Amino acid sequence: MSQQYMMKGNEALAEAALRAGCRYFFGYPITPQTELSAYMSKRMPKIGGTFLQAESEIAAINMVLGASSVGARVMTSSSSPGISLKTEGISYIAGSDLPCLIVNVQRGGPGLGGIQPSQADYYQATKAPGHGDLHILVFAPASIQEIVDLTGRAFDKADHYRMPAMLLADGALGQMMEPISFPDESEEMKLPEKPWAATGTEGKRKPNIINSLYLNPNKLEDSVRARFERYETIRKNEVLYEEMMTEDADLVLVAYGITSRICKTAVKKARAEGIKLGLIRPVTLWPFPEEVISRTAEHVKAFLSVEMSMGQMVDDVRLAVNGKCPVRFFGRTGGVIPTPDEVFDAAKDVLASAGGDK
Amino acid sequence: MINFQKIIVITGHYGCGKTNLAVNLALHLADRGEPVTIMDLDIVNPYFRTNDCKALFEGRGIELVAANFASTNLDVPSLPGSVAAKIRMGDGSLILDVGGDDAGAVALGQYAAMIAEREYEMLYVYNPFRLLTAEPEAAVQSLREIEAAARLKTAALVNNANLGPLTTPETVESGLIFGKRMTELTGLPVKFTACTKGNEPATGGGDIFPMELYLKPVE
Repeated sequence: MSQQYMMKGNEALAEAALRAGCRYFFGYPITPQTELSAYMSKRMPKIGGTFLQAESEIAAINMVLGASSVGARVMTSSSSPGISLKTEGISYIAGSDLPCLIVNVQRGGPGLGGIQPSQADYYQATKAPGHGDLHILVFAPASIQEIVDLTGRAFDKADHYRMPAMLLADGALGQMMEPISFPDESEEMKLPEKPWAATGTEGKRKPNIINSLYLNPNKLEDSVRARFERYETIRKNEVLYEEMMTEDADLVLVAYGITSRICKTAVKKARAEGIKLGLIRPVTLWPFPEEVISRTAEHVKAFLSVEMSMGQMVDDVRLAVNGKCPVRFFGRTGGVIPTPDEVFDAAKDVLASAGGDK
Repeated sequence: MINFQKIIVITGHYGCGKTNLAVNLALHLADRGEPVTIMDLDIVNPYFRTNDCKALFEGRGIELVAANFASTNLDVPSLPGSVAAKIRMGDGSLILDVGGDDAGAVALGQYAAMIAEREYEMLYVYNPFRLLTAEPEAAVQSLREIEAAARLKTAALVNNANLGPLTTPETVESGLIFGKRMTELTGLPVKFTACTKGNEPATGGGDIFPMELYLKPVE
């Protein structure tokens, strides 16, 4: 087995990014993700990379745009209010068909909110990470090891589809420690060729132009349509999720990230009492695992979406279920983490009101 | 029985397990019947703090002095005036849980002169399974940086080698080998090995301080 380490989520994400070949980090500190940029500031200079603490989040995301334009594997990270500041830049990056990694270690909002963990940026990440018609890939790890595993994948997929990818974590995942190991380093890493990068023509080819401005509305429409064709491929090929005890379940919980861990404890408690709970854990939030939820809706009495928000992902669960059975919501917000007992009680209430056989 | 000075200053590199040790130490000394005060001086970590164990301390008669906004929604690293009062005049045992690395030890520096006037020991906790301090040389460098920021000298090392739920006796034992090298480099002894029950190293290797895990991942 490869060497194991105890790491905080924020540190593990930073180290995984370095091992995935990221050599450019632009950021601005904010709790609860600051360890990530602190780690980068220590390690980047030692491996010949660039760490830069920008004057603002807006500056940082535009530096990401610049570095990505010339083909660099580049990232930024922040927490909720900082991501709001980055959204203009994210839209420009998406509109310029550039890859990058954006990390959101969510905290409570709205506004300055607080520094305790939250999942209330689901809408922002999956519906409107910037203005205009666009999507970004959204990965939602639920353990420190999965943070490591998804960081490399997010970079690779961003490059493959030439679009931004986001790792959507939360303060608890960023701050807590678990044992992890990194992927085998013996294989020599090769980053993909980027023939579109603006690296200079040397007089041998036409210039590559990185741009999101279109003078002709029809041309802009064509570029958006082409991008949405790519999004369809992603919806088909890039969905990731985990299922737990859904085969015979009466009620299936849907939860991502830190909340899914609490739900797993609740499912085990319920099963010990003979109550048939199950769990579907989306690993990608965009694309959302619609198909498995739709299929599961054929044989369960109800779904319960559990989130650290006032109910955001529950909308996507409802769309996937499409009226086949009731979809309910349980959540805590403002930085409050639900307990397994609270989830279990909410599940029992839903089951009591759902009643009857399917 | 492991003997402790009246003031125990717990330092170490980031994420080495200082807080979990501090909490266990407070409970252990309280069980011996001593009046115990524990101080959460962490100005670095927003979560997983000594202050999170407040209810536990109340039940065992342990006094807690915490940073003013510990475990709240506010990230303001200010310490109450009672820290200085306790260090100068506190009765019984005083445990200072300091934030990680030299950045965390900065908060300690302002109290250095008054701590030095009393009987104190500054402990340096290490876990070789932390990536940035996975070599004894790197751990010694962090120890020196902490001493400079704290303006206090380390008295001894504490082996807290662990991999969380994957910890085995071999994990803890590898910390003893790591500690020997640190002792060679610094002349500082390993005062004891802290480990969860069932993970005691097979070959002995000095005093063992058994611990419970109080600061755990969310599940």
